[in-house]
Amino acid sequence: MSEKPIKPAIEGWFSDNNGSPHLLGSRCTSCGTYYFPKTDSYCRSPLCDSESFEEVPLSRTGTVWSYTNACYAPPAPYVAADPHVPFTIAAVSLEAEQMIVLGQVVEGVDVADLTVGDSVELVLEPLHETEENVVVTWKWRPIAGAAS
Amino acid sequence: MSQDIAIIGVGMHPWGKWGRSFVEYGVKAARDAITDAGVDWRDVGFVSGGATIRNGYPGQVAGATFAQALGWQGAEVNTSYAACASGSQALAAARTKILAGDCDVALVVGADTTPKGFLAPAGGYRPDDPDWVRFYLGITNPTYFALYARRRMDLYGDTEEDFGLVKVKNSEHGFTNPNARYRKKFTLDDVKASAMVADPLRLLNVCATSDGGAALVVCSLDYAKRLGKTDAVRVSAISTVTPTFASAIVEMPDIATDSAAAAGIEALRFREALPRKAYEQAGVGPEDVSVAEVYDLSSALELDWCEDLGFCERGGAAQLLREGATRLGGRLPVNPSGGLACFGEAVPAQALAQVCELTWQLRGQAGDRQVENAKVGITANQGLFGHGSSVILTR
Repeated sequence: MSEKPIKPAIEGWFSDNNGSPHLLGSRCTSCGTYYFPKTDSYCRSPLCDSESFEEVPLSRTGTVWSYTNACYAPPAPYVAADPHVPFTIAAVSLEAEQMIVLGQVVEGVDVADLTVGDSVELVLEPLHETEENVVVTWKWRPIAGAAS
Repeated sequence: MSQDIAIIGVGMHPWGKWGRSFVEYGVKAARDAITDAGVDWRDVGFVSGGATIRNGYPGQVAGATFAQALGWQGAEVNTSYAACASGSQALAAARTKILAGDCDVALVVGADTTPKGFLAPAGGYRPDDPDWVRFYLGITNPTYFALYARRRMDLYGDTEEDFGLVKVKNSEHGFTNPNARYRKKFTLDDVKASAMVADPLRLLNVCATSDGGAALVVCSLDYAKRLGKTDAVRVSAISTVTPTFASAIVEMPDIATDSAAAAGIEALRFREALPRKAYEQAGVGPEDVSVAEVYDLSSALELDWCEDLGFCERGGAAQLLREGATRLGGRLPVNPSGGLACFGEAVPAQALAQVCELTWQLRGQAGDRQVENAKVGITANQGLFGHGSSVILTR
């Protein structure tokens, strides 16, 4: 990998947490509903009018809700390699938060390697590079040995 | 039946990539609809336009733009935007105006001019915009369709061949439709030979974006009677309901769903909620439907819609397809127009194009595409952020 310093793709959306990275979400202090991306404005539950939130780490493991890949380079603002290298994408259910979060799957994992219900964990991997930085984002990685 | 209004005129500009102003397509469709209705343009009291977001101010003030293009005559105007459901919302505005007794005849128009390739967001660094974020992370529209399709495969045993069969069926339906953009009978081999876009969806499973225009002339039942059109096709329901919190399906363009940790999973997703209200309003059920136009943004989504509209149990749509029930000549033809597979989507026009097709079907004017003895038709389509629309026509 490049020697360039690492920079998060979107500031404040996830934390490396000493190698056990997780997404940073919000939790409504009134009703307990989670949000990702974070919010500090208004709770979107129709049963709650809270405007108070705490930042919380989201579960860093979950199960695959569904999965696909991107065989064509997405348009900007995606920064595509030339030539484009297809990547895998998963929608992952987080148990405690009762929410599904999308993300790329780590390099080297193909659609054929996945099944609905597989266990995955969150890691940080490069999204693209700039002149100054390696820009990283969250990606899902199958948990070795987990049932598939 | 007091909530019904009559459709007395329909018109379309053929779908394609014509490279002209969307206003031209809308005017062509509108003039055809007005001629079809046999009314004088100057008698139209309300012009309701579906907005297009890619054509600057004229697109965003579509109602006034079309009224001006057709010749100012004092009509009131309205513009609706709800992505692909824009046309239905424009129709809903016209219905409300008519049922309120505020106008007799209304013109509803939607037209679009689209760029090539993926639909992409505005530029800059804008992490507060979910649409920008998902593209930055590499998540395009086909990603969402493919996630739904793959889940069908893993849960219900649908196959890539099933998705291919939807395309083959729709391409046969649209083959003779003069308004369709793609008029070619694709085979399963053609689908299999097309490039993979987002596994399991190939290029021929995913809809393109198109230029096109569609228009309706609608009026009160009294006005239709005065014109001698007592048996005109009727709009018997328009449903534009949203889901209930917490939505458990990740919807375009969001990167995550709502959290159901506190509220629990919603009882109804928008695709299931939409037809429920529509059926209730029209006083009919899925068993009464003779023909449907549903939003096949991907071939696999047509199968989801068949289940959401109650044509079969959840997971049973592929079997309906394999039996031939959803093709012309089957017991419940779906997308006799050829659907998005043959049209590609012209966003603000598409929901109206569905209504045009069903109007021709219920009038018995659909030519080679005619569904025999069609009495009740239903549309379904998808907007953004988990909403959509469903319209029921009866005759």
